[in-house]
Amino acid sequence: MPIDILMPALSPTMEEGTLSKWLKKEGDQVKSGDVIAEIETDKATMEVEAVDEGTIAKLLVPEGTENVKVNTKIAVLVAEGEDASSVSSAPAEAPKAAEAPAAAAPQAAPAAPAPVPAAPVAVTIAADPDIPAGTTFVSTTVREALRDAMAEEMRRDPDVFVMGEEVAEYQGAYKVTQGLLQEFSADRVIDTPITEHGFAGLATGAALAGLRPIVEFMTFNFAMQAIDQIINSAAKTLYMSGGQLGAPIVFRGPNGAAARVGAQHSQDFSSWYSHIPGLKVVVPYTAADAKGLLKAAIRDPNPVIFLENEILYGHSFDVPQLDDFVLPIGKARIHKPGKDVTVVSFGIGMTYATKAVAELAEQGIDAELIDLRTLRPLDIDTVIESVKKTGRCVTVEEGWPQNSIGSHIASELMEKAFDFLDAPVLKVTGKDVPMPYAANLEKLALPNVGEVVAAVKAVTYR
Amino acid sequence: MAVAKAKVGSKSAPAAGRKTAAVKSATSTPAENFSKEQELFAYREMLLIRRFEEKAGQMYGMGLIGGFCHLYIGQEAVVVGMQMAIRTGEDQTITSYRDHGHMLVAGMDPNGVMAELTGRRSGYSHGKGGSMHMFSIEKQFFGGNGIVGAQVPLGTGLAFANRYRKTDNVCLTYFGDGAANQGQVYESFNMAQLWKLPVVYVIENNRYAMGTSVSRSSAQADFSRRGVSFGIPGEKVDGMDVRAVKAAGDKAVAWCRAGKGPYILEIETYRYRGHSMSDPAKYRSKDEVQKMRNEHDPIEQVRSRLLEKSWASEDDLKKIDAEVREIVNNAAEFAQNDPEPDVSELWTDIVK
Repeated sequence: MPIDILMPALSPTMEEGTLSKWLKKEGDQVKSGDVIAEIETDKATMEVEAVDEGTIAKLLVPEGTENVKVNTKIAVLVAEGEDASSVSSAPAEAPKAAEAPAAAAPQAAPAAPAPVPAAPVAVTIAADPDIPAGTTFVSTTVREALRDAMAEEMRRDPDVFVMGEEVAEYQGAYKVTQGLLQEFSADRVIDTPITEHGFAGLATGAALAGLRPIVEFMTFNFAMQAIDQIINSAAKTLYMSGGQLGAPIVFRGPNGAAARVGAQHSQDFSSWYSHIPGLKVVVPYTAADAKGLLKAAIRDPNPVIFLENEILYGHSFDVPQLDDFVLPIGKARIHKPGKDVTVVSFGIGMTYATKAVAELAEQGIDAELIDLRTLRPLDIDTVIESVKKTGRCVTVEEGWPQNSIGSHIASELMEKAFDFLDAPVLKVTGKDVPMPYAANLEKLALPNVGEVVAAVKAVTYR
Repeated sequence: MAVAKAKVGSKSAPAAGRKTAAVKSATSTPAENFSKEQELFAYREMLLIRRFEEKAGQMYGMGLIGGFCHLYIGQEAVVVGMQMAIRTGEDQTITSYRDHGHMLVAGMDPNGVMAELTGRRSGYSHGKGGSMHMFSIEKQFFGGNGIVGAQVPLGTGLAFANRYRKTDNVCLTYFGDGAANQGQVYESFNMAQLWKLPVVYVIENNRYAMGTSVSRSSAQADFSRRGVSFGIPGEKVDGMDVRAVKAAGDKAVAWCRAGKGPYILEIETYRYRGHSMSDPAKYRSKDEVQKMRNEHDPIEQVRSRLLEKSWASEDDLKKIDAEVREIVNNAAEFAQNDPEPDVSELWTDIVK
């Protein structure tokens, strides 16, 4: 029986990669453990080892091929005595992600339509008023936009430096700091030991002395170790010192669920940090916002929590080609204007919201979609203005429901726009459970497009 | 006070012997005699702290100072000796919540400190910080921190900034025997030695972490050796003798200025009062306190030397006492008459 060699998934969020090099050719003998190919993911170049012994009968994907989907058949191995010529030479398409038989959803769970995969759909982003007309846009990943923002600010101000685990020689655990070490040297791109509490405090001390540190947490889950320094030292010193001393510092890194990494590595801290006076909290969705807002965060004289998302790192968006593109912190963006209902989201929540809004448009519901971009200070005025027009509001986020951003918006709307509401504010959130590992349960724990559509229909009485 | 010498050359672990030899806790740096000016300076500074703290205690009892108030009485020689070893205004200092002495010796205005204690508008933090949260960029004093041990990474970061800016400034990072058991202290030790940061870790060992004695809290009670596994040199210092503190401070600061990395000073001291104003200090005997006061008082030691060497007469010292009392009384007067912060201050200084 010939053995199929499939394109492997080499990270929790990898969906495709480049087959950069074959190290074996057809007819070569391979033993278990031999390196047969090099595959480049968006994070790293990885070696692929053979699992089985045999002879390479066919290489189905030529080296240099980009965007090879995980589970695509890339080569065929035959055992001794088997006939290599009988093997088909057509590269097989990646089978649909193996759907485990779905368990019957518990009664309490909303009758959600099949979740739509996370791949981004083409969206037209309403023009940001801060971008001059006639500007050229370049398609850029969120990852590159973040790196560009840091590099530009480090060129501009010698007091800016970046520190964290694997930010320098490894080029970033998620490749966000790629190339910074080479340009700015180890004096300004600093690998730390695995010591979050220590380096968050150390960087805050450096900020109190007037430097402008960017602290990368490999993920915000690990910032729990450092939360005392972030809140008690960084956020409160300006107030406690009567305005004499503050901490101009950015704490950034991926936040929220990645994919199949379980409860300790999948948590959205948006509402936690947005609770704290003295902090600013930024959660970008698009690459343009990631760039413009990170530049603003680095220049900001206050501690800024900058919540990124691992899944969004590889998503591409148009970024304006401007010498110095800085966006204001604390300003929401109307992602799509509409008149029937206001949908409010931020960060990765926007992936569900944008798809839901497109689906609703096909059904004749014209939703206005607001991307909050900043959670503190929260641009509630933009939400209120929209609700005055639509009379209805649905919020979308991955975080847990209790004391969520949606809860806060609902409360603000009750206080400030009660007379304009034609329906209760509904929130779509992650489920009130620690993140499960099983693929089907993880899918159920996260919000989905169907839930957003259902919530919008409920508030529009459709 | 007879200083217990650091136990060096571990008996139980021969394998560790040679490797740690270079970083074993050294015997105390011998106290060097002070000049007349130094003795008089130290006397006056220590007296100012003591009188200020006594007044603060009194005002707390009168309800003029609220919340937590941690007095420094008994420990005065530590900050005075260390301050004499640094360049005030260039080298940084940072400490815990027992911070009044550190601020006064750094040259911060007693009126501003006392007004902060009473929560008034002319306090260093406009009344918004209180006893534990005052700062002075001018004097390079970075607080005043309420979370036990949190100042240790912060101070290490101040030292990081010195290295980043290529100055030869040094940061004195003070903490107590209690904080020495916090994990972040060792995270800081590791990075400070790894990156050779100019930070002197000044462990003020006053024997009690609130009510828990060192012997009940610490597996390694020789704090000067707490940096051994990182290769950070350390030594024990008689913290009741200001001359010993200054001499050890000079050595540690010179080490840091020369780019050799961090240094640990375990300064053995004693607080005469409870942990805070609300602590009756029942965990130790009255005799223990009285014995320290009678036999090792840091101010009395300087006072006897001044008289013995005829560098000052009883009258001269009385005059200094009177001057100090006047400063403290004025501060108390000022802090009681200064208005509370304007209510608009509630909403200022949250973000810039």
